[in-house]
Amino acid sequence: MSNPLLEVKDLHVEFDTYDGTAQVINGIDLIVERGETVAIVGESGCGKSVTVKTILGLLPEADISQGEILYKGENLLELSDAKRHARRGKEMSMIMQNPMSAINPVFTVGEQMLDVLKWQGQHRVGITDWVRDKFRSEAELRERAIDMLEQVDISAPERVFESYPVELSGGMRQRVLIAIALLLEPDFLIADEPGTALDVTTEANILELLDDIVEEHDTSVLYITHDLGVAREISDQLNVMYAGEIVETAPTETLFEDPQHPYTRGLLESIPQLSRGIGAGIPGKLPDYTDPPTGCRFADRCPHAETECREVVPHLRRTEPEHAAACHLFEGDPHLDRHQDAVTEFPYIGPPPWQADTDETEVDVR
Amino acid sequence: MSTDTTGATIDTDQLAKDERRERIKRAWSRLSQSTLSLVGFAMIGLLFIIAIFAPVIAPYPEDAAGAIDFSRASQAPSLEHPMGTDTEGRDILSRVIFGTRIALLMGFVVLSIAISIGVTLGLIAGYMGGKTNAVIMRITDIFLAIPPTLLALAVIAATRPSLWYAMIAIAASWWTWYARLIQGEVLSIKENEFIEASRSLGAGWFHITFREILPNAIGPITVKATLDMGFVILVGAGLAFLGLGAQEPTADWGLMIATGRAHVRTYWWIATFPGLAISFAVLGFNLVGDGLRDVLDVEVE
Amino acid sequence: MSYSDYLIRRAIQAIPVLFGLSVLIFTITRVIPGDPVRLAMGPDVADEQVDAFREEMGLNEPLHIQYVEWLSGVFQGQWGLSLRTGNNVLFDIITRLPATFELVLVALGFAIVLGIPFGVIAGTNKDHWQDHASRITALFGVSMPRFWVGILLQVVFVGMLGLMPLQGRIDGNPPPHTTGMYLIDSALALQWATFVDAATHIAMPAFALGLATLAQIMRLIRSDMIEEARKDYIMAARASGIPQNLIHYKYMLRNAFTSSLTVIGLAFGFLLGNAFLVETVFAWPGMARYGVQAIINQDFNAIVGVVIVVGFAYVVANFVVDVLYGTLDPRVRLRQGGE
Repeated sequence: MSNPLLEVKDLHVEFDTYDGTAQVINGIDLIVERGETVAIVGESGCGKSVTVKTILGLLPEADISQGEILYKGENLLELSDAKRHARRGKEMSMIMQNPMSAINPVFTVGEQMLDVLKWQGQHRVGITDWVRDKFRSEAELRERAIDMLEQVDISAPERVFESYPVELSGGMRQRVLIAIALLLEPDFLIADEPGTALDVTTEANILELLDDIVEEHDTSVLYITHDLGVAREISDQLNVMYAGEIVETAPTETLFEDPQHPYTRGLLESIPQLSRGIGAGIPGKLPDYTDPPTGCRFADRCPHAETECREVVPHLRRTEPEHAAACHLFEGDPHLDRHQDAVTEFPYIGPPPWQADTDETEVDVR
Repeated sequence: MSTDTTGATIDTDQLAKDERRERIKRAWSRLSQSTLSLVGFAMIGLLFIIAIFAPVIAPYPEDAAGAIDFSRASQAPSLEHPMGTDTEGRDILSRVIFGTRIALLMGFVVLSIAISIGVTLGLIAGYMGGKTNAVIMRITDIFLAIPPTLLALAVIAATRPSLWYAMIAIAASWWTWYARLIQGEVLSIKENEFIEASRSLGAGWFHITFREILPNAIGPITVKATLDMGFVILVGAGLAFLGLGAQEPTADWGLMIATGRAHVRTYWWIATFPGLAISFAVLGFNLVGDGLRDVLDVEVE
Repeated sequence: MSYSDYLIRRAIQAIPVLFGLSVLIFTITRVIPGDPVRLAMGPDVADEQVDAFREEMGLNEPLHIQYVEWLSGVFQGQWGLSLRTGNNVLFDIITRLPATFELVLVALGFAIVLGIPFGVIAGTNKDHWQDHASRITALFGVSMPRFWVGILLQVVFVGMLGLMPLQGRIDGNPPPHTTGMYLIDSALALQWATFVDAATHIAMPAFALGLATLAQIMRLIRSDMIEEARKDYIMAARASGIPQNLIHYKYMLRNAFTSSLTVIGLAFGFLLGNAFLVETVFAWPGMARYGVQAIINQDFNAIVGVVIVVGFAYVVANFVVDVLYGTLDPRVRLRQGGE
């Protein structure tokens, strides 16, 4: 294996709630290669936001009970707060989902950008530094910020620089968010469904812009979304997440050619399509994280579930050379090293009924 | 809430009632989990016990009524007089114990008057609307433009200083919050369609007031009144301290502090213990009020 | 409607409130039972003289005539004579106002300057010992009568330790009069000994007066900080690498402080109301003590004057809060333009 930019290994995240400990992330593994865009797809509440916020260390109340987050070979979880903070903004940054709430309303766009340029990475600002800064010329930093605003296709960057968020449209704010996230040219960018809070046309524009700009800066992106269509547009590698677990992972095109996990297929069917009308959707809801099912977490919603599914956890298995799914309908070697020992215990209830029915033809997903 | 056309009003009525009962039950279980609130309840309970059994508990009950004995004046705290004696030889502990009665009386009388005035004016303003509403709310604004202590002082200026006038004076400046709450409640319920439904069944304003408005307002009023008990006790003590409230020989905490003020260099105990009593009482009501506010989840400031 | 139009409208709205307040307080004082004039002149004065004085002061006129005359007098600087001092009430108040103003400002300043950082510390260390300590301090702070805190300070620092002056504004000569506030005047005149003298005198009354306000501000800032911490833009600021203390004291505090402003305006009213008690405890020669004396002596012109001035100060304070609110929060300022 090459030397990936980011490697998440067996990550477990728990939260203390009034109803008990919620196991929100239950052992996930992720790899983001340099220059690659990786997507995590899942419905809201499946833990994708928690995953990326844990990577950035933005959830102080989260209990990371197990796992490693290797960034450029270093385990972020072992770094001090100060060292971790030094990487935020410069090495890795994040675009928040909702542009209406992710920019501080009481400061101008420019002031917030300047603060990033001036102070990024310092754990604390010393009083003397802060006072000295008041007497320093901001012209150069200002130019950098305005240049960045220009790069995100803002036509009047000077005006936007002086504006308060309340004076800007949603699409404009989303561009500003992207500009702030890319201000220090991080190697790794996390994008939390940018544009979904906006109308469809603006969303499409934003996606295109983001695609271009990460290409230009050679930024690696971890993109999270609930929309498989968007993921197909933007990503190279795709991970489908359900209830705190990765249930299927494959290069994007492979996954769309041959979706294997019943949950992935359900997601595809819920995409509204012109030819078929509104998609069927997946009945049921996410399991209770404080009392998750013992076997497959999807079993209760799965049309093909058997007794085995409720008893044995279906770890990811390699069904094709670059394709893995966590489902007892498929046979294959354990995808992850840590599951090698469990190999003999994997039950097999397959083959999947859709393969039995339509033996030769590919599933029509478009 | 159910929007069925068949029997909708009966259903929603029952539902609202069930919901309210459920809310109270849940609130109570949360309240009993909060240590500070429980401490507050214990403190208030203790105050009531002391107030009720004052003649039994107090070592020198006659001193509370003002029995003077200069032969034991200004004695420091001792086993015989745990809080010492004042300049007229009265046992401070006994007077502090009897002072509980005055403080609680003050709180209850003031808040009963203030809430009655406030609820009445709020109902009138809300129901009548138009000019009446405007006038009442303007008057409320005027009262709000004056710090509460000051208005009470001004009203007392028009009377002779006495405990009862002090209570009336404080109450006269204390009703505004309740009036605003009730007025707002009436206005919002006027808009609410499920009242429309019960009105169409022939329910009058009397029914609406007692079945809909007051039950909705009871939560905020309880929280506010609990917190206000503490504030009223503070203001009342302040007035007595200035000589504008209870008069000698009443065993009033504020008045006792006033006596001690002249002797801060020598007889520290005279002013200290009544002040501790005030703080204890106010703290108790604040703790319970804060706890209630959290569990009932109402905004009162 | 622009923001300045909005402010002008708020200022105009205050006029009927002040007008109503004057009617209210005028009526209250004129229906005083008993005979304040007799009380003021003493029992030895003949009835004819009392009547003549009453006539002179216009007290035999109907109430509404008295009010109109009084009101026109107010605008000409004639606030009526004090029955106790014999001076124009306006003069009495103006000579005493700086002392009260100084006391209230120092108390408020102390409450804000300490309350905000303590609130930030408590809010950013929720459920740690800092938070618990602040909660307990605050509970006691708001539960203790302010005048009693003053007396306790006297007991400890004067009676037991002998460190501080018992009462009054100053021991030596007052500084040359510029604002009437001794701290400012002595600093302007560079009389540092006088400054220290005035500072040691104001320390205890200002602490006693401001403690409960400090507690309120601290708790308010704390809960606002906790609320702020959950906001998306705070997470975004952390994700972009902005230092922790800059996030706390700039990005979160600006919003937290703005939402605390309304309460600080209210606190100003509480400070003024309690100044009546604290000035009495410390024999502080301010307007509030003058007001207490006026009430005890049923000196009605003085009562009306003091109440009007305090009401006016309160209205002004809340107006200042409105202005600050718009200055600190662009949403308030800019949204007005949308109407």
